[in-house]
Amino acid sequence: MDTQDEILRKGHYACPGCGLAIAMRLVLRAVGRKAIAVIVPSCEAVISGTYPFSALEVPAFHSAFAIAAPTAAGISRALKIRKETDVTVLAFAGDGGTYDIGLQSLSGAAERNEDFIYVCLDNEAYMNTGIQASSSTPPLSWTVTTPKGKVEKKKRLMEIIVAHSVPYAATATIGYPQDLMEKVKRAKEFQGTKFIHVLTPCPTGWKMKEELTGVIAMLAFETKVFPLYEVINGEIYRITKVPKGLPVRDYLSIQGRFSHLSEDEIEKIQQEVDIEWERLIYLAKRHEKV
Amino acid sequence: MAELLSGNHAIAEAVRLSKVDFVAAYPITPQTPIYEKIAEMISEGKMCGQMMRAESEHSAMAACISASLAGVRVFTASSSQGIAYMHEMLHFASGCRVPIVMACVNRVVSAPWAFGTDQTDTLSQRDTGWIQLYCEDGQEALDTVIMAYKVSETIFLPVMVIIDGFYTSHFIEPVEIPEQTLIDQYLPKRNLPNRFDLSNPAFLQNVVDPPNYTRFKKRQFDDTLKARRLLIEADKEFGELFGRSYGVVEPLELADAEIGIVTAGSMTSCARIAVRTLRSKGIKAGLLKIKLFRPFPYNEVARYLGTLEKVIVIDRNVSSGKGGIFCDELKASMYNLKNRPEIYGFIGGLCGEDLPPEKFEKITLSVLRAKKPWDVPKWIHRMRF
Ligand SMILES: Cc1ncc(C[n+]2csc(CCOP(=O)(O)OP(=O)(O)O)c2C)c(N)n1
Ligand SMILES: [Mg+2]
Repeated sequence: MDTQDEILRKGHYACPGCGLAIAMRLVLRAVGRKAIAVIVPSCEAVISGTYPFSALEVPAFHSAFAIAAPTAAGISRALKIRKETDVTVLAFAGDGGTYDIGLQSLSGAAERNEDFIYVCLDNEAYMNTGIQASSSTPPLSWTVTTPKGKVEKKKRLMEIIVAHSVPYAATATIGYPQDLMEKVKRAKEFQGTKFIHVLTPCPTGWKMKEELTGVIAMLAFETKVFPLYEVINGEIYRITKVPKGLPVRDYLSIQGRFSHLSEDEIEKIQQEVDIEWERLIYLAKRHEKV
Repeated sequence: MAELLSGNHAIAEAVRLSKVDFVAAYPITPQTPIYEKIAEMISEGKMCGQMMRAESEHSAMAACISASLAGVRVFTASSSQGIAYMHEMLHFASGCRVPIVMACVNRVVSAPWAFGTDQTDTLSQRDTGWIQLYCEDGQEALDTVIMAYKVSETIFLPVMVIIDGFYTSHFIEPVEIPEQTLIDQYLPKRNLPNRFDLSNPAFLQNVVDPPNYTRFKKRQFDDTLKARRLLIEADKEFGELFGRSYGVVEPLELADAEIGIVTAGSMTSCARIAVRTLRSKGIKAGLLKIKLFRPFPYNEVARYLGTLEKVIVIDRNVSSGKGGIFCDELKASMYNLKNRPEIYGFIGGLCGEDLPPEKFEKITLSVLRAKKPWDVPKWIHRMRF
């Protein structure tokens, strides 16, 4: 990669092996310099720098927690009023900021089809406040607030977003940078609300080796735990990369947050992952031309 | 040209005349007619600018903040639960130094659920860093919205223009609508800065350390104090152009008064009548209407009330376990004066309960008889006169 294209500067405050920082870096590269970033409380805010410094080479605004989407909407509407139409407004929010506290405001903006790219940086817990469970935390995962493993499922966020008929929604992971960047570039071509859900492994919260971030991200995909797909206009599902279908054990066993799982529990997770995958296949097939 | 308008529609006219670019709002009684009227004017092409149909007041304020940072003139309006729901963003707005004007239409904050006017919704936002202006009627509200933009865009602080729910918001009176050309002269479109400068990218509102936090807050504090002078000037200039001005407070018959009544908002109109009646009976009563609440008008309060023997404060709001909020603020602001008056606090008119002139008269007579003031306020509905 050419360092001139980097918009996330070096020397930021992310923990070693942070998947979220990699995702921000890739997204910003793909969007380019004609962009304004909305940052909300999350590790992303820490990474972006403290006053008077900025790790970002585009203008950015650290807004409040629940409002990445309406903040982005306000900027994008103001730019249109000012007739500055060639700037991309980018909203970054964590899983807590998207699945939980920011869901209402994201829904409002998506329904109005406000013009911005929303990137959910999903590390599957409230990491910035010290690893508390969110509605994105996967079932049976350890967090500080689910010491014996989370009982509930992971919320199917993509389906909620898709239900708003947004022009473009996609999943991506830092395990496949090219795929991620292509999706961001594709998102730029649409008018309206674009949503990109990025899985961003967190060595600190997932209790895994720092050097495994990329591998874990790839395994999440290859085990079908985190499939890669896109949805156009809330209708047309397209699986963008076909996973090998490795056993979920390969993904779970190298993360401390799952170290307490029994054989039965691993089997249960496998079954649920398989069901979800079938569901995705079904959704994708629905729109195949007959 | 005078038209018959409700207070809400008078505010909507002011928003049109101010050529607001961006409105984000959410329905709540009794503010909703402002939102509806603006939507109607935009859709009929009578008003330029665009409306964002927010899904909550919290998001409405969020979008107002970011749009304002991007350099457009913004407006929103709310009441009661809606103002409470925005609380987080109200602090954020003043800290971001954005010139937002918000119309607040007072209504009780539940529970219990109710709809009448009560200033506790805006007064509980006292410490959010917003300039607060309480208006007596629709005309004053219209004029004040326009002045508010002038002040706000000079000092970069957000302003609440506040009216009483139903009494002012729904009451229809003749309202003078200024000429657009004169408004354009008074309130020209400023070139507000777009703080998202692609050629010089900055990170707005990133985390600061304690010294910088204090530095920013001190700056904000000092600028908030300066807003008083700016408002006095804006009001004076408005008066010269349009023949109406209001001051930051309005004294009535206070020069030779032995007792003064303090009010804010629509109840002032009834207090005016009461003062006239009391005077006709030979009682030297006067009135001080507080318009500006933040920044607090220390000088005016001291000037007009400092030499009186007795001051009555009627609060249409309550801080449970303490008292009426205007009364407490007045007491605190006069504590260091040499000859401070006795201050008698009353709570009444909550939830829009009527406060007719006779009540003000009776309260005044009872305070004239009183031997010494009390700490805990008297509740008007419990009083036997
Ligand atoms: C209204 C509000 N509630 C709570 C917080 C505290 N808070 C700051 S960051 C954070 C965690 C964010 O979690 P997530 O969105 O998943 O992002 P991550 O830190 O994991 O990147 C929380 C709870 C806040 N800033 N604002
Ligand atoms: Mg998270």
